[in-house]
Amino acid sequence: MPLFSRPSKDALWQDEFSIFTADERYVSRRQFAKFLTLASLGMFVGNLWILFRSRFSKTPVFPAVPVASREEIPVGAVKLFTYPSPQDHCILVRTSENDYRAYSQKCTHLSCAVYYEPETERLACPCHLGYFSVKDGSVLQGPPPRPLPKIQLARRGQDLVAIGVEVS
Amino acid sequence: MSAKIDLTRRRGLVAIDGAMALIILLLIVQIWLLSATLEAFLAGHAGVALPAAIFSGLLFSGCLALNLFVDRVDQDSRR
Repeated sequence: MPLFSRPSKDALWQDEFSIFTADERYVSRRQFAKFLTLASLGMFVGNLWILFRSRFSKTPVFPAVPVASREEIPVGAVKLFTYPSPQDHCILVRTSENDYRAYSQKCTHLSCAVYYEPETERLACPCHLGYFSVKDGSVLQGPPPRPLPKIQLARRGQDLVAIGVEVS
Repeated sequence: MSAKIDLTRRRGLVAIDGAMALIILLLIVQIWLLSATLEAFLAGHAGVALPAAIFSGLLFSGCLALNLFVDRVDQDSRR
């Protein structure tokens, strides 16, 4: 059977605009099935687009940007900064004398800004009560589907320098 | 003769209904697959893109085959 053959030997208008009610049902169902198949093709193309993007997208290059000096932040305090672009807000937490952690400030649920709770050592999202561990950014509670992107830090002298973003 | 034609058409309708139900089922799975793949891709897990694309292609092939089946049943029931 050819792929796009007409369904019968009648004239096209007789096929598509039949005077019989039963035929009308046949035609509408067939057209609906074609529409569903077209929707399926759209889904397939969407998956192919994701595959294409995952194979050929460039690996981002992150600049090294000084974000704070080591003595600038007391233990248990935070500093807000932007990295890698001015639109990407991040939070730097000094959890102990020699431990600094930095994460994207956007909650992975609906992008509300997270803040640090020193009492519980968690990063909290006030919008829907999502909580992240300050140790590794993992989700502790609430609706966020993914951990917070981690900002990689390096120490250069007295400065803390952001050198990359780690998405887990 | 007319009764035989009616019976053929009724059978055709049942076959078409069944095929369309299957197409809808495949489409629901495909929608879920696309949303899950997009979620994984945005989370940085690019490894799922290839198997998801292959499976989505298989589902589309299934839909296409069922669509051709609907066309054929429709054609037969009109004879």
